[in-house]
Amino acid sequence: MSSSKPTAVRPHDATMSHVHAGGHALELRQLRKSFGKTDIIRGVDLAVRAGERVAIIGPNGAGKSTLFNLISGRFPPTSGEILLGGVRIDGKKPFEINRLGLSRSFQITNIFPKLSVFENLRCGVLWSLGYKYTLFRFLADLRDANDRAEELMRMIRLDKKRDTLAMNLTYAEQRALEIGITIAGGAQVILLDEPTAGMSKSETSRFIDLIREVTVGKTLLTVEHDMGVVFGLADKIAVVVYGEVIAFDTPDAVRANAKVQEAYLGSVLADEQAATAGH
Amino acid sequence: MEFYIISMLNGLSYGLLLFMLSSGLTLIFSMMGVLNFAHASFYMVGAYVGYTLTQVIGFWPALVIAPLVVGLLGALFERWSLRKVHKFGHVPELLVTFGLSYIILELVQLVWGRTAVQFRPPEILREPAFTLIHHADDSLGFAWGSAPTEVCALAQTICSQFPATRAFMMLVAISMLIGVWLLLTRTRIGLVIQAALTHPETVETLGHNVPRVFMLVFGAGTGLAGLAGVIGGSTFVTEPAMAMTLGSLIFVVVVVGGLGSLSGAFLASLIIGVVQTFAVALDHSLIGLVQSLGITASEALQNNSVMRLTISQVAPILPYLFLVLILIFRPKGLLGNRES
Amino acid sequence: MMPKSHYAFKPYNVARWIIWSLFALVLLMAPQVFSSNLSVSMLAQMGIAIIACLSYNILLGQGGMLSFGHAVYTGLGSYVAIHTLLKVSEGAMNLPVSLIPLVGGLAGMFFAVLFGYVTTKKSGTTFAMITLGMGELVFAMSLMFSEFFGGEAGITADRMAGEPFMGITYGPNIQVYYLIAVYTFVSVALMFAFTRTPLGRILNAVRDNPERVEFIGYNTQIVRYLAFVIAGFFAGIAGGLAAIQFEIVTAEVVGPVRSGGYLLFTFLGGATFFFGPIIGGVLMVLAFVLFSEITKAWLLYLGLIFLFMVMYAPGGIASLIMMNLRVAAFGRLRELWVSYLGLGVTGLVVFTGAGALIEMVYHLQLSTAMGDTVQFLGATLNARSPDSWFGGVFILLTGLGLFELARRHFRLQWAEIQTDIEKEIKRRETQ
Repeated sequence: MSSSKPTAVRPHDATMSHVHAGGHALELRQLRKSFGKTDIIRGVDLAVRAGERVAIIGPNGAGKSTLFNLISGRFPPTSGEILLGGVRIDGKKPFEINRLGLSRSFQITNIFPKLSVFENLRCGVLWSLGYKYTLFRFLADLRDANDRAEELMRMIRLDKKRDTLAMNLTYAEQRALEIGITIAGGAQVILLDEPTAGMSKSETSRFIDLIREVTVGKTLLTVEHDMGVVFGLADKIAVVVYGEVIAFDTPDAVRANAKVQEAYLGSVLADEQAATAGH
Repeated sequence: MEFYIISMLNGLSYGLLLFMLSSGLTLIFSMMGVLNFAHASFYMVGAYVGYTLTQVIGFWPALVIAPLVVGLLGALFERWSLRKVHKFGHVPELLVTFGLSYIILELVQLVWGRTAVQFRPPEILREPAFTLIHHADDSLGFAWGSAPTEVCALAQTICSQFPATRAFMMLVAISMLIGVWLLLTRTRIGLVIQAALTHPETVETLGHNVPRVFMLVFGAGTGLAGLAGVIGGSTFVTEPAMAMTLGSLIFVVVVVGGLGSLSGAFLASLIIGVVQTFAVALDHSLIGLVQSLGITASEALQNNSVMRLTISQVAPILPYLFLVLILIFRPKGLLGNRES
Repeated sequence: MMPKSHYAFKPYNVARWIIWSLFALVLLMAPQVFSSNLSVSMLAQMGIAIIACLSYNILLGQGGMLSFGHAVYTGLGSYVAIHTLLKVSEGAMNLPVSLIPLVGGLAGMFFAVLFGYVTTKKSGTTFAMITLGMGELVFAMSLMFSEFFGGEAGITADRMAGEPFMGITYGPNIQVYYLIAVYTFVSVALMFAFTRTPLGRILNAVRDNPERVEFIGYNTQIVRYLAFVIAGFFAGIAGGLAAIQFEIVTAEVVGPVRSGGYLLFTFLGGATFFFGPIIGGVLMVLAFVLFSEITKAWLLYLGLIFLFMVMYAPGGIASLIMMNLRVAAFGRLRELWVSYLGLGVTGLVVFTGAGALIEMVYHLQLSTAMGDTVQFLGATLNARSPDSWFGGVFILLTGLGLFELARRHFRLQWAEIQTDIEKEIKRRETQ
């Protein structure tokens, strides 16, 4: 099944020109976050190139979700900088960050339960197409929004469930819808928080194919626990332990990294290698 | 001088009454996420039940039994009604308590009538707790109970009394505060409640019957409101409108204090209680201020209704003004936590 | 194809034209059918209530914002409208009476802009409490600023002000009714159109998942604020129409009782469907005008009905209708009629017993001066005789028992039908 490139949406000019000039799509500089006296993120440096697919792994409690929350603006960092395409986004509100071209999905499915699949996707595209707070036009007349929503529905293979209310979908379908809403606005940098959580093996592999298809050409950061997914999807892996990135390299290099083996992977990795080798 | 002392004490006692009510509200909210719109209605029921029980068995037994009755009613309501809407979310829970407030109002009026009832405090509380005597030579005297009539009858001597009912109110409020604090922090059930405050599912997996804990907390919260009702009803007036007037006030208190914060509710209750009490006693108006500055205002300005408003007339809206100001300048409340 | 559930009438355009034409027809012909003075007045009030409740539902049903202070905006709209009317009467302003409701609308919008920013800073329960506080604030102020609010007596004006418009003076009730009818039709149409605009849809998204909305590029506070202002506009129109209808505005129009009424009846009618508040508005007028005359216990009944609605049918009457329409669309409605009959009959028995008891208690409490008997459903009950009491209790208990049986049977049947319908839907999807 061919992956259709999304139709052109309004470019995020500042970020795109920076990226075209060779800058990083997403940069974290000396990022720190404390909640009260507890340091969760203790100085993270990370530079992601445009189009890279980065998997963020690490033991539970290492701060992976916090990192995502910092990048997407859910709460501000205690210190340090976050740059999206060269533009500082630390301290900005989530909607401001989203408008600059970064979008995210959530660990716990976060869709609009009482709207239909189609409506969910259409909501996702409205702002990026410039419709903002319009109340003088009817949704039914917005050709580009409707076309894009239809296209997205086909991409995530939910076109048969066009009018089903999102709360009536199966779990895997809801996760697919979640991805659909995330990419709807045409964001260039996409954060996926444990996208395959709660899925069976077969659902997972199908889902990963879907993710690969719909994020062609985008910069992708995923938090993942499933090593099969990580090694299959990622160009680079960032290992986060106790709020610090202890390795950021290609999958093979990370596998061989002694620090990583000591801190985290170890036997888990051996199991996965055995499993994938046995296919 | 004595005016300030007495007013301050009055204000504090009123604030403590507000706290008795808003603490129960905050506990229920923190625990169950339900904002009990009918909380002031349970206060009213406490007052009326206290009144009836006082006729039958006397004030002091009523003081103990009425809150238990109210608490029981609250627990039953939780069991039969509130629990059913738990699954629909917080808005239906609020609505259910909203509907309950109507029903309670009607039932109370049905049983006890639409006019105020004479809920008098017991003999021992009818005397003033103490009297401050402002002597003619500007010195301040103090007397337990009421001052001798000859002293007060002297020229230029002002006797200001502090009612025993108010003092008793403060006593009960503070003991209640300490009691609840001890219960929450020192007993096993208190620990369970504290845990269930933030992690109800975890507590349930540990084997505790969380629905029953909820019922207990709701019953306890409403019981406290009932206790406040007995005290408030006997000190002030017991009438059908008492729920409405106090109801919106305690919601202001919890929002100003920071939703979910007990210490915030405490602070806000005291501030609002003191400010209200002082405001009601002051008769200054803007036009008075202007004139005292030596400025002669024009005829039109003198007759302007806004300029002529006295502080005591403005008193009713002060808490709500406070609410608006807090929302503009410090939206999470005085001591509120980060909005979760 | 089965009817969509949220904010869409049937997908065929023909059906849509029919429904709107029917609505217009009903508005046109209602006073011809119900032509007594009281009826026309009630119909006029229904139009006002429909606009008010629909405007309230922009907040509640569409935006998920529970407001306890909506009367502030209808009420202030009324006040500004009636002051304008006075100015027109005095000759200080030259504005046709027909446009006064628009003045009310603009006033409602103005105050919503003013108060709305602070109010919509928060959401959920905090928002509800803020609206409560705001409502109390304005209500308390009404006794302070007597030039604007008219103190205890309120403000009165004459609606036959200014030049007659094409012979219409707004003296007779029927003329005011038609003015209201026009505004009602236009307002309902506009508010329905709103639900189909980007802002309207994003408002629904904010209701469902405010956090997610931030991540699709929208500032949820602005969305709520705009919805608040729009609701305030239509609330003001309702208020302006009320000023013309009653020719008097008193402080209770901004009071907590009125706000509570909007909440109660919008919810009762059904907040999850567009037409729910229309039902709510009609019920509100029927309750306040007729129900309150029939029995003194009407507020108690209302409270109980509301309570049971929240517990058992939180979607309101509209959702009950739609659920049954869905069952009908799948051809299964006929099987339920026996169950419904059973529920109806046993429910009636319960009501008779409970009603008898409630009426007797109310009678004892409120009207003992007029003897011991009270009329209830054609029978004479003696509030002082133990027979009447025993009879009431007996009927109530029997009714409760039978009702419970009927309810269980109904529930089983309903659940079975629902499962069948779900299966059928899945089957149709995979075709």
